Amino acid sequence: MNELLQCTALELGAAIRKGEVSIPEVTSLALEAAGANPNNAFITLTPEAAMARAEELQKHLADGSASSPLYGVPMAVKDNICVQDVPATCASKILGGFRPPYDATAWEQMLAGGAVSIGKTNMDEFAMGSTTETSFYGAVQNPWDTDRVPGGSSGGSAAATAARTCWYALGSDTGGSIRQPASYCGVTGVKPTYGTVSRYGLIAYASSLDQIGPLARDAADCAAILDLLQKKDPRDGTSLEMPGAGTLLQSLTGDVRGLKIGIPAECFGDGLDPQVRKAVLEVAEVLKRRGAVVQELSFPVMKYVVPTYYIIACAEASSNLSRFDGVKYGWRAEEYEGLTDLYQKTRTQGFGTEVKRRILLGTFVLSSGYYDAYYRKALQVKSLIRDAFRSAFDSCDLLLTPVAPTTAPRLGESLSDPLQMYLSDIYTVSVNLAGLPGLSMPCGQDDKGLPIGAQLIGPHFGEATLLNAAFGYQQDTDWHKKAPKGGARA
Amino acid sequence: MTWETVIGLETHVELATKTKIFCGCTTAFGGAPNTHCCPVCTGMPGTLPVLNRKVLEFAVKAGLALNCEITRYTKFDRKNYFYPDLPKAYQISQLYLPICRNGAVDIGGGKTIRIHELHMEEDAGKLVHDPWIDQTRADYNRCGVPLIEIVTEPDFRTAEEVIAYLEKLKETLQYLGVSDCKMQEGSLRCDVNLSIRPMGSDTMGTRTEMKNLNSFKAVSRAIDYEARRQAERIEEGKRVIQETRRWDENKDASFAMRSKENAQDYRYFPEPDIPPIELSEEWLQDLKDSLPELAEDKRARYQSEYGLPLYDCQMITSDKALADFFEALVDLGTAPKQASNWIMGEVLAALSARSLEAKDMPLSPKTLAKLIAMVQAGRLNRNTAVKVFEAIFDENGDPEAYAAAHGLEQVRDTALVESVVDAVLAENPKSVEDYRSGKQKAFGFLVGQVMRELKGQGDPKTVNEILRSRLS
Repeated sequence: MNELLQCTALELGAAIRKGEVSIPEVTSLALEAAGANPNNAFITLTPEAAMARAEELQKHLADGSASSPLYGVPMAVKDNICVQDVPATCASKILGGFRPPYDATAWEQMLAGGAVSIGKTNMDEFAMGSTTETSFYGAVQNPWDTDRVPGGSSGGSAAATAARTCWYALGSDTGGSIRQPASYCGVTGVKPTYGTVSRYGLIAYASSLDQIGPLARDAADCAAILDLLQKKDPRDGTSLEMPGAGTLLQSLTGDVRGLKIGIPAECFGDGLDPQVRKAVLEVAEVLKRRGAVVQELSFPVMKYVVPTYYIIACAEASSNLSRFDGVKYGWRAEEYEGLTDLYQKTRTQGFGTEVKRRILLGTFVLSSGYYDAYYRKALQVKSLIRDAFRSAFDSCDLLLTPVAPTTAPRLGESLSDPLQMYLSDIYTVSVNLAGLPGLSMPCGQDDKGLPIGAQLIGPHFGEATLLNAAFGYQQDTDWHKKAPKGGARA
Repeated sequence: MTWETVIGLETHVELATKTKIFCGCTTAFGGAPNTHCCPVCTGMPGTLPVLNRKVLEFAVKAGLALNCEITRYTKFDRKNYFYPDLPKAYQISQLYLPICRNGAVDIGGGKTIRIHELHMEEDAGKLVHDPWIDQTRADYNRCGVPLIEIVTEPDFRTAEEVIAYLEKLKETLQYLGVSDCKMQEGSLRCDVNLSIRPMGSDTMGTRTEMKNLNSFKAVSRAIDYEARRQAERIEEGKRVIQETRRWDENKDASFAMRSKENAQDYRYFPEPDIPPIELSEEWLQDLKDSLPELAEDKRARYQSEYGLPLYDCQMITSDKALADFFEALVDLGTAPKQASNWIMGEVLAALSARSLEAKDMPLSPKTLAKLIAMVQAGRLNRNTAVKVFEAIFDENGDPEAYAAAHGLEQVRDTALVESVVDAVLAENPKSVEDYRSGKQKAFGFLVGQVMRELKGQGDPKTVNEILRSRLS
């Protein structure tokens, strides 16, 4: 593998600015690596657009106008984020043929920073899934073991970043969809504080939980990407001003002296693979050696987080996905008689099993007579979960937990038992329910050589603390530098 | 059996904001299909609504004028249903925490109608069926036009009360400037919930909901029709079915659309894309202070301050633009009764002849004030002034310039009038004789002769005085 493909996005950006490599050169390198669509990580590759963009950026580089440390670095975009005129499928049949006439704000921010997209990455259909097996365009393989899943729903973004087909990728995280695939694929990923990255142009799964974020080689790359992404957007009513936006990268020191790290006992109990437990707790030891203070704490609401998440997410999804009805855009059933039949056939044939399951669940919990027992109750528990985090952050600065109970399962294993798959989201979903920032970083490997991820959770707007702890950890360890053997497999 | 009719109203009013409720598209009526829309109001994937603060302001103004309690912490909810005119398959509306509640409207005659709630929501598009090609097409221009829905308690007993309420509502909203309330353009639409019960009973009968009422007349006829229909059913031993009915104006009858058994479950839940809104007391106070004087206050003031008859007050305040015009005339020094006479006479006639609304009046108050002043000063007679008015109305021309250019000013030049009078007296010795011998008719003849010489522009007062002094 070309050495350039191994370096971080920031290293490549520096080399570009120094003139050691050209943007078209590294773009064609990435396109070549992605050309045969290794691991089925991409749904759409856009080589012509990428090369044209690379040439243009290179031309402006000569004028001395590199607009960010990531200027000219090739990357990929999850296929639920709108890029003007490029198909946005959400990995669903029902969006076949849809090309958004607008850019997502997050993508505009990246464009302003000089990003070059090589294509749109594969995902679970409408981001519903934890394995990237529910895609209409086929499952994505984990580059560490192609018989295994890459995690989901941003599995294509994680696999492409891990397999070194691009330097970083944008994902979206509704219940762990950036952090869990980052963990399974051995890359670093961040789910930002809710509201700090615009959702305009992100095709919604669950509006109150969705957030766009980076998947990259390490914490510093993630900081540089977040510096571009986090900006208040007048087109998103839930958008918030991030205090100190744009200064994450420069704030990284690795100094964690006196930092109080909480370990919630409930996150290390039954159901957690002992190898994962050991690797994650070892993170605490590393940070302790750098001067952090580690303390155990109790987080009693853990047992309610998965049902609460699935009720809220499915409720919102059932409404968000109603617009896909075959009337205005995307795919429409070929034969139908009358309006109701058009709706029924289009949606029955256009959505996959998991999406339909969640639409039905969501429709049920919002139905008259069930709303109070399910949806309203879930909202009440959601506020208890927020309170639990608030009191946890009264006594500590960050929480350390696993990302997932196990390393990557085999392809096909999870689809047969959706409930088991839902339960595996236990460590990630509470972060979305509380709107907090969460980071996933590689912290070891199991006996099969599969990556293990650790999760750091911060208070609202705690990205700087989160990234600095991860940055410090990555100074002393090299799990984040490990690449799957042979990298990409076609 | 005598029956009592019990009616509640749900009225949808389009707000007169320049742009839509959640995007920057124009709210202008009409336009070629799908030219007043964008990815946001057509609900394209990934797009998000952002609340137009003007909508909030207009809704609160309406609520204040209807004596409502204003909800300090208000939220939007989604109402989910599938229909091709609703591109997101949900309407952003308010269910759980509507912006206004518990209002009251005095409709006169000692009757007050209670307002249950007033909430904000977005309008849907419209479907146009083309029978020629047997296709239905969607026009999303109206999608996202802001609406308020005003729901009353079942306080009406007659169609007359309903009409009085609608007129009051229309007048109030127009005065606030929050809606133009044009029923024919759909900016004011109402659904009638009606049931009947034996007179004296205090339990509610089964109600029906009537839709597609496009004029006050239709509302009135539909109420009479439905009350009669329900009474006939009950008297025939049948029961009233809870259903939604559609009024057909051409057939002068209503038809069942769907019964309660087929009622949709809208699965309302809080809209996650729009954060809850907290209203500050300061903002509310500013809004209260900015409320304009409403029609009934103006009517009272015109009577007490200007001594205008009630009839004049009602005519003038029937349209805020007209009342504004009146007040401008008075401010320019026109006597209130003169101003009122001109408005109720010439101004309304001119508007009606041109099918214009008062707000589109080409003539400025300043111009009309000048014209009225010329009449008061005796420079124009009333009939000539009306001619001048007609001539300058469309272009807002200058009455003095027009009168001068067309030689319409009255002759008050005493020397000129005297010479004409002398000439007329010299030419008509017989009439002079007749007058002096007591025939009053001869005086009229002589005035006529003088006026003829002056081409009708002699100031009658001057002519009379001079003639009388010469003959005495």
